[in-house]
Amino acid sequence: MKKKAVVVGNGMVGYKFCEKLVAKGGKEQFDIIVFGEEPRPAYDRVHLSAYFGEKTIEELTMAPLEWYAENQIQLHLSDPVTNIDREKKTINTHQGVSVNYDYLILATGSAPFVPPIPGVEKDGVFVYRTIEDLDMMKSHAAKSKIGAVIGGGLLGLEAAKALLDLGIKDTHVIEFAPRLMPRQIDQAGSDILKSKLSTLGIKIHCNKNTQEIDGGDTIEKMVFADGEILKVDMLVISAGIKPRDELAKIAGLEVGSRGGILVNNKLQTSDESIFAIGECALHEHMIYGLVAPGYEMADIVASEIVGNATKEFTGFDMSTKLKLIGVDVASFGNVFAEEPDCQTIIYENKTKGVYKRINISNDNKYLLGGILVGDAEQYNMLLQTVNNKLPIPADPEDLILGSRGGESSGESGVMSLPDDALICSCEAITKGQICHEVMENGNDTVDALKKSTKACTGCGGCTPMVKDLIQSILKTQGKVVRNILCEHFEYTRQELLSLVKIKALKTYDDVLEDLGCGDGCETCKPAVSSILASLWNENVLEKGRLTAQDSNDRFLANIQRGGTYSVVPRIPGGEITPEKLIVIGEVAQKYGLYTKITGGQRIDLFGAHVGDLPAIWKLLIEAGFESGQAYGKSLRTVKSCVGTTWCRFGVQDAVSFAIEVENRYKGLRSPHKLKSAVSGCIRECAEAQSKDFGIIATEKGWNLYVCGNGGSKPRHAELLATDVSSEMCLKLIDRFLMFYIKTAEPLQRTAPWLDKMEGGLAYLKSVVLDDALGLNAQFEADMDSLVDTYKCEWKEAVETPEIRKRFVHFVNAPEEKDPTVKFETLREQIKAEDWNAVLK
Amino acid sequence: MIHLYELYRAMMKPKNNMNNTETLTSWILACKVEDIPENGGACVLLEGEQVAIYNFKKRGEWYATQNLCPHKQQMALSRGMIGSTGDEPKVACPFHKKTFSLKSGACLSGDDYEIKTYAVKVEDNQVFVAF
Ligand SMILES: Cc1cc2nc3c(=O)[nH]c(=O)nc-3n(C[C@H](O)[C@H](O)[C@H](O)COP(=O)(O)OP(=O)(O)OC[C@H]3O[C@@H](n4cnc5c(N)ncnc54)[C@H](O)[C@@H]3O)c2cc1C
Ligand code: SF4
Ligand code: SF4
Ligand code: FES
Repeated sequence: MKKKAVVVGNGMVGYKFCEKLVAKGGKEQFDIIVFGEEPRPAYDRVHLSAYFGEKTIEELTMAPLEWYAENQIQLHLSDPVTNIDREKKTINTHQGVSVNYDYLILATGSAPFVPPIPGVEKDGVFVYRTIEDLDMMKSHAAKSKIGAVIGGGLLGLEAAKALLDLGIKDTHVIEFAPRLMPRQIDQAGSDILKSKLSTLGIKIHCNKNTQEIDGGDTIEKMVFADGEILKVDMLVISAGIKPRDELAKIAGLEVGSRGGILVNNKLQTSDESIFAIGECALHEHMIYGLVAPGYEMADIVASEIVGNATKEFTGFDMSTKLKLIGVDVASFGNVFAEEPDCQTIIYENKTKGVYKRINISNDNKYLLGGILVGDAEQYNMLLQTVNNKLPIPADPEDLILGSRGGESSGESGVMSLPDDALICSCEAITKGQICHEVMENGNDTVDALKKSTKACTGCGGCTPMVKDLIQSILKTQGKVVRNILCEHFEYTRQELLSLVKIKALKTYDDVLEDLGCGDGCETCKPAVSSILASLWNENVLEKGRLTAQDSNDRFLANIQRGGTYSVVPRIPGGEITPEKLIVIGEVAQKYGLYTKITGGQRIDLFGAHVGDLPAIWKLLIEAGFESGQAYGKSLRTVKSCVGTTWCRFGVQDAVSFAIEVENRYKGLRSPHKLKSAVSGCIRECAEAQSKDFGIIATEKGWNLYVCGNGGSKPRHAELLATDVSSEMCLKLIDRFLMFYIKTAEPLQRTAPWLDKMEGGLAYLKSVVLDDALGLNAQFEADMDSLVDTYKCEWKEAVETPEIRKRFVHFVNAPEEKDPTVKFETLREQIKAEDWNAVLK
Repeated sequence: MIHLYELYRAMMKPKNNMNNTETLTSWILACKVEDIPENGGACVLLEGEQVAIYNFKKRGEWYATQNLCPHKQQMALSRGMIGSTGDEPKVACPFHKKTFSLKSGACLSGDDYEIKTYAVKVEDNQVFVAF
């Protein structure tokens, strides 16, 4: 006869135990019987908050009821175990079931800890742990305006997010300690997190002790020890967890003085046939409140009872990476190590809301641990560096700041990890296992790996690293990773561009018909439109191309808050006559527009109704202006300084050259926007080194820099050529731009394009300077033909009735303007109404 | 001068020669076929409400939805790009590219929003919306 394994609790860990036991062949040896107190099979508590958002209960369920049946697991739901008779090795349940066991596994988890504050029993006070809790919160939230959470730890912040998701705009977090997430991060990290969360509308109160919850039957306000009062309609208590050890206590098992069922390294309780795993287990004075250690415990006990024990539980790395209300928070290794036991390096950027701290061993050799708030991109790599004792760079700050200048430190990244490096800690999957799956079994997508190894199915934190790993492995195998456009085109942008050119396709519909499938989408339409414009330079609004344009291109203007548009006439090199300035002023006055000088040395006019655009442009064009293409993925501006025309330091005429450059490339459509600048000497007043292509004057000619950008990730441009003549400089730019236009991904700016280029700058130089591809003559000819076919799009739009008539808000009432457009006044000009204020 | 708009208003009354199976809604003349660009949308004003109408020529289908994007309450959906995910026809808001099913109005990019959709029919080069 088979032995009996009885599991108490069908939560995440109890379920994982069943899964592991089945995987280890346990169902041949055991009858598996599970009792769960909750009315439904185990579900993903980690992503509980998603129940308010994108996920249904079915999606959160770990495995459907059929799974238990298929594996001959007897599952009793809504039936808590109430008693254990250790002499007779029998358990009894609430519904009167009595079963004997050979092994008993307690996976009873924990319950929220509710501090004894007077008034906690009132309506409107909740805890946050089960689906039922969520359902109750949901119905109460419908009539609530102000919400609060007691507890600023991981779960408290999750609960605050839940309140926001429930539509409670006024949400407060009350924390007793001086900082948020006291277990994971330090004071400085907490400060950054706090200010980040405040910008999201959550009000954080640290150092606050709740004394009383006041109201009638329903909560009305909270009273604090400092005498302050907060009116609230609902409250979630999330002040910590309390292991569910009540059953173990009744059975006379040893429990810790502050709760938790005492276990040894085999997870055995004081009775050797009884095990405890997950959040109810107390191991070496620790309760592990995360899934990954719980899963590890489940694995160890499953191996133990099938008679195949290989390892023991000796503690668990509590490193975590979380996304709390959209803010990354990660802590890893020894978080709180302090000088003089180690050296700490801290990077803090208050405006960006980023805080990073790493603790380095005193001999400068190893990374011990650290904290990341606001940007946790490096988490996985840092964790691996700690866990595998990888050598760290000579400048340890490179670990958090990235290498700045100098030669990059050779092979780094995932491929340098040892094979036994743990990649997915929830499911204990190593790098070696993933490599094996990808190389031997061809499971080379994250979804395939999820199926074959379960990697990435727990907290999901390892997904970016797994993706990197797949790409790197495929690369070493010489397989190309193809970035196809979208579900409608099985081609990369580069392939599509060549095909469109060979087949001489001129409209989006023809391209879709010939090379794609389905109906297209907002990803491929602008990408294909950009390719068509780069190849043929025909008006983007003609021949049915109108609706294949990104919305800004469709109206030849940038849509702004409130649905009005901005108008940006081209001002080459930033040089403008007083006469033209006056026209801009008159137009702005006539149409009530807000005017501002842009970062690119031109003038932006905001607040134009779509129906006014053609008339506004007619006036501008009459005064000699052209479209500035500020709406397009195309050349924006070529900034300049005054150079030799006025500046006492100038060595070349920067303005004249900037105007020449801007007029040459104006209207050029490309995978992403292009910016440029020309400086008159090495003092670099035009900031040319932060541009896609920047030119700096020298005594002998020009230095050409490429692939820089500003924006969220600023990049210095790289020097491509020195002391070249004006004519040569333009030739090099022609080649560089055409090479970029033909090979970049959609919406990839020049800097990431160069980053991804095999061979990097050296290769780019070999193409553009040494003609390694033999295409330079072609590139120059292609550019010449684009320059020759340039036409001002707005001029054509204004003069073509067919195009012009599309510029209306209501097609059945063309003269009517959108009545929902509202402006406010600020410093004597208009401004769009705040769209957060108009939310219902 | 009489506005085209007023003319449309005058014509908006339901016509009785159309066998109207819907009981609660009636067909209202919205615009002419050529007012809506092919494979795109445009906005009409119907009894004070802004309705986006889409001529999905690629599929030979017409759709109509509210013009208001529920994300930041912008009157913008008619200016969005249309397309499909699998077989589901959709529109992408120009502001933050959230996408909505043209059939069910459900948000397809993971948020909890929903938009109103209306039935459309085309007769004699005229576009009617069930309103
Ligand atoms: C909102 C929220 C967010 C979280 N986020 C994260 C995160 O980002 N990362 C992370 O690692 N962890 C997170 N956690 C913690 C994680 O969910 C827990 O560590 C994990 O669920 C513990 O699993 P468990 O099986 O031990 O306990 P539980 O999942 O609580 O399961 C225990 C089950 O046993 C049942 N039970 C108790 N007593 C009995 C009895 N006598 N008879 C029968 N059944 C009984 C209970 O009803 C319960 O269903 C989060 C938790 C919450 C609530
Ligand atoms: S870059 Fe040189 S030439 Fe231009 S303004 Fe500055 S100092 Fe003068
Ligand atoms: S920095 Fe941000 S807010 Fe400012 S213009 Fe650019 S996108 Fe808009
Ligand atoms: S306003 Fe429509 S997506 Fe943001």
